[in-house]
Amino acid sequence: MSLLSLNSMKTNIGQYAVLHDVTLEVPEGGVFVLLGRNGAGKTTTLRSIMGLWQPSPGSVLFNGQDITAMHTADIARLDIAFVPENMGVFGGLTVEENLILATAKGRFDPARLKRIYELFPALETFWTKQAWALSGGQKQMLAVARAIIEPRALILIDEPTKGLAPAIVDAMADAFREIAQTTTILLVEQNFEFAKSLGRDMAVIDDGRIAHSGTMADFAADTALQDRLLSLSA
Amino acid sequence: MQQINDFAGRLGGVYLLPVVVAALAFVMIGAPSSWVTLTVAGLAMGMMIFLMASGLSLVFGLMDVLNFGHSAFVSFGAFIAASVLAWLSGWLEADAVSLNIAALFLAFGAAILFGLVAGWFFETVIVKPVYKDHLRQILITMGALIVAEQMILAIWGGTPVSVPRPEFLEGSLLIGDITIEIYRIFAFLLGLGVYAALYLTLNRTRIGLLIRAGVENREMVEALGFRVDRLFVAVFMLGSALAALGGAMWAGYETLITPALGAEMMIVVFIVVIIGGLGSIQGTLLGAIMVGLMANYIGYLAPKLALASNMILMVAILLWRPNGLKPAVK
Repeated sequence: MSLLSLNSMKTNIGQYAVLHDVTLEVPEGGVFVLLGRNGAGKTTTLRSIMGLWQPSPGSVLFNGQDITAMHTADIARLDIAFVPENMGVFGGLTVEENLILATAKGRFDPARLKRIYELFPALETFWTKQAWALSGGQKQMLAVARAIIEPRALILIDEPTKGLAPAIVDAMADAFREIAQTTTILLVEQNFEFAKSLGRDMAVIDDGRIAHSGTMADFAADTALQDRLLSLSA
Repeated sequence: MQQINDFAGRLGGVYLLPVVVAALAFVMIGAPSSWVTLTVAGLAMGMMIFLMASGLSLVFGLMDVLNFGHSAFVSFGAFIAASVLAWLSGWLEADAVSLNIAALFLAFGAAILFGLVAGWFFETVIVKPVYKDHLRQILITMGALIVAEQMILAIWGGTPVSVPRPEFLEGSLLIGDITIEIYRIFAFLLGLGVYAALYLTLNRTRIGLLIRAGVENREMVEALGFRVDRLFVAVFMLGSALAALGGAMWAGYETLITPALGAEMMIVVFIVVIIGGLGSIQGTLLGAIMVGLMANYIGYLAPKLALASNMILMVAILLWRPNGLKPAVK
């Protein structure tokens, strides 16, 4: 059984239909990559899973449980974390406060905190700094750290490499590889090289529909398919 | 310019403003005794306005709700406290300070209780259906304010109601040729106590952390597993209770209140929230103290400008800092 199933999901934003028919199976474990051009519906897919926009009709099943009509907070309590495209860090809160807010009981598990310090040493350095003062890369680290400060079954990550320096992107890739050993990641990404280095399974969304799904190895080998589904000229 | 800003920042930044205003006023007023009296009056007035405005700032910042009915809680708080104090007039005139204090705190307690219950009702019945629709929020909350004023007229009548003060808060302290009303000192200390409690709640508790995060990005707070809608109700109730307490304090300060009190205070409260910065308790305190000081200094130095002083202050601050003195979100 898949960890996450999207069945004929349709989502409207205002009067505009953004997702027309999204059907997707995300298996448990590893990194599942959702690729697509700008405006194809990647972000809307993640937000619909989180209940931030209501899909109708269609359904979202998580571990077999229908979460389509659930409140965002209740979905998050099923151990689903969301790292939005704009990172969603609270600028007026310190790094510590941003992280403690994401803990279930308001206190840190020392082992997990140690792991976060190892993955993202900058967060320990700027522990008491307000998040607005961090660089873009550090904010992204904080957003990802917030997603893994508690054990999660699934992490939805929206374009984490956007606007980041190559060195930070490499560090982020290493972190995701380690996180994916214990948690399933659904990664939305436009940076194909980054996605290719991480993904085991993948799908491509185009104009609100799943246009292709399969293994990353097969997709990476098929340049004609990549050109057709991802190139700007197509 | 940047060097001046950095230097001012090291000295205390925008928190220096009241000190600068007070220093300028000292030079312009000339007489130290008048200056002290006006400064204490300004601080006391500022603290009472802070009580009324702090809840609105949180509601505005967290819920993005333009609640023009907020001042209805101020009015009801004032009239309920006045009624309780009148009912307990025997305790107020007693020699025993304990009875004086008991009467005062029962009056405050009644106002706060009203604020909590009415705040819950107002949020659930009137505000909730118009979330994310500013025009309808303005219309419906203005309507609620008018209904509240009419209810006060129906219950308490149209003639001004006098507010008895407890014996221990009557009179003034005389220090040399400086006169300071005891009620003003009390108002200042109570406001300071409420500020400290709010500051500690917002900065040292988990619920405060959630409120601060919710002011910035409520969607993300929900994505972390918290029901912001329930937090909204709690904040709205707290804001309404603080407004009612502010109204109760203001009633004792004015000693004569009319049903138009809420509408009169509404403009001042909104000015304080805007110049302080939305959702920021520190900003609201700073804005309220600035408004209180300016009203007293200008009322003394240029009485004809007194009415316009708040507007001039707001325009000047917004030209300098369009998001207010200390906004919660950077």
